[in-house]
Amino acid sequence: MTSDRYSIFSLLRETLNGHKGWRPAWRSPDPKPSYDVVIVGGGGHGLATAHYLASRYGVTNVAVLEKGWIGGGNVGRNTTIVRSNYLLPGNVPFYEHSMKLWEGLEQDLNYNAMVSQRGVVNLFHSDGQRDAYVRRGNSMRMHGVDAELLDVAALKRILPMLDFDNARFPIKGALRQRRGGTVRHDAVAWGYARAADRRGVDIIQNCEVTGFRIENGRISGVETSRGFIGAAKVGLACAGNSSRVAQMAGLRLPIESHALQAFVSEGIKPFIDTVCTFGAGHFYISQSDKGGLVFGGDIDGYNSYAQRGNLPTVEDVAEGGMALMPSIGRVRMLRSWGGIMDMSMDGSPIIDRTPVDGLFLNAGWCYGGFKATPASGDCFAHLIARGEPHPVGAAYRLPRFATGRTIDEKGVGAQPNLH
Amino acid sequence: MRIACPHCGPRGVDEFSYLGDATVTRPTDPADLDGFAAYVHERRNPAGRHRELWQHALGCQSWLVVTRDTRTHAIEAVEAARDVALARAGGES
Repeated sequence: MTSDRYSIFSLLRETLNGHKGWRPAWRSPDPKPSYDVVIVGGGGHGLATAHYLASRYGVTNVAVLEKGWIGGGNVGRNTTIVRSNYLLPGNVPFYEHSMKLWEGLEQDLNYNAMVSQRGVVNLFHSDGQRDAYVRRGNSMRMHGVDAELLDVAALKRILPMLDFDNARFPIKGALRQRRGGTVRHDAVAWGYARAADRRGVDIIQNCEVTGFRIENGRISGVETSRGFIGAAKVGLACAGNSSRVAQMAGLRLPIESHALQAFVSEGIKPFIDTVCTFGAGHFYISQSDKGGLVFGGDIDGYNSYAQRGNLPTVEDVAEGGMALMPSIGRVRMLRSWGGIMDMSMDGSPIIDRTPVDGLFLNAGWCYGGFKATPASGDCFAHLIARGEPHPVGAAYRLPRFATGRTIDEKGVGAQPNLH
Repeated sequence: MRIACPHCGPRGVDEFSYLGDATVTRPTDPADLDGFAAYVHERRNPAGRHRELWQHALGCQSWLVVTRDTRTHAIEAVEAARDVALARAGGES
């Protein structure tokens, strides 16, 4: 496919050469006057959409416009977890499609994304919670997804560091998805960018969309900080900024933007070899290949575009961690950061056309967008190229909020900060 | 982040619970389905000045309208939601 594949030989050559010969993994072209498809937003979802448009649906005259740089948004800010352990019919096939695409991603992109199927273990702490997880596991298995219920003895073998004697939050068992795990998030952005670029997609960084040109109800292009770019079709994949961008096209979305924080500790020796979630509070943890404990919890809970969070949530996450595994108490927190989540009104995403002809929307990923990246890209590309939804993404329609067909995994209603 | 409750003074944000956009209004016609769909779901979600409903849940329990910048979290004003509702209704008590 290309002359500069990464290999042991190229690494040896560059080692001897002082690493002066590496070339950029994708071009930095000037925008053309017009494209068949313009994707607004060069995050994971936008780049995946461009890749699948070019590789699966034969649309190569595509530009991805990114106001910052590739990998600077949520695709580089998440906690890298992938899983497909959902409950509801509209969600399970979609996330399983994503899981299968993750499993073949590195071969598809010819790029090491460090896909690690180390398993995801969701703990439960009460009989009611066990029933809920049994139900979830059954729903997964009926959809052909792997799920297994672990009792305490089995759990002690794989997660011996948990506080099993905690009187307040007793651990009663767990639901485990072995095929879940982690993926190196930056590599996902870079891999998709490189693969899309190879197929002729123009990735244009530092190019902010400032408006849409709409004529007779049909999109004809986008105004940007680098001038007007014509487009027959425009796809929005703007994550936390979806409302702001859609507003320029006169749309008001069922979305609030909220800050979600994530944390990493100093590097320590191998400690936890799976992804583990606490069921009595909101806390989840895994260990990166560098040794840092990567963990997070709830969104901060109020509208925010600040890309940073506040201290009460830091305290809440730390308390969750201490209740679950007190042995991490003396590990130092190295960094924390925030990203802006497009929290939808039912906690599920939107992949649909909009009232403007030729303008398509991919938004509302809440704090679960990373695991969805490949399927989101595939479904959005399918919708843009063929004009109809992909079968596994067909439930994510925009009118569902008005018609009552919402997909509310948590069952809390139209209250984004509770999803 | 600290919110200056008009009744209790400045308190930490963890004493408050959040409801959301204070500018959406409930349709008066119960048969207005589109109006209700928009009222329940659609939000302006601005980056900048936002008027929003908070309750001082672990304090005096009163509902507040907070005007806050969503880019910086800086709070411009805190009013009792009752006063805001009365002003909107035309000042009758």
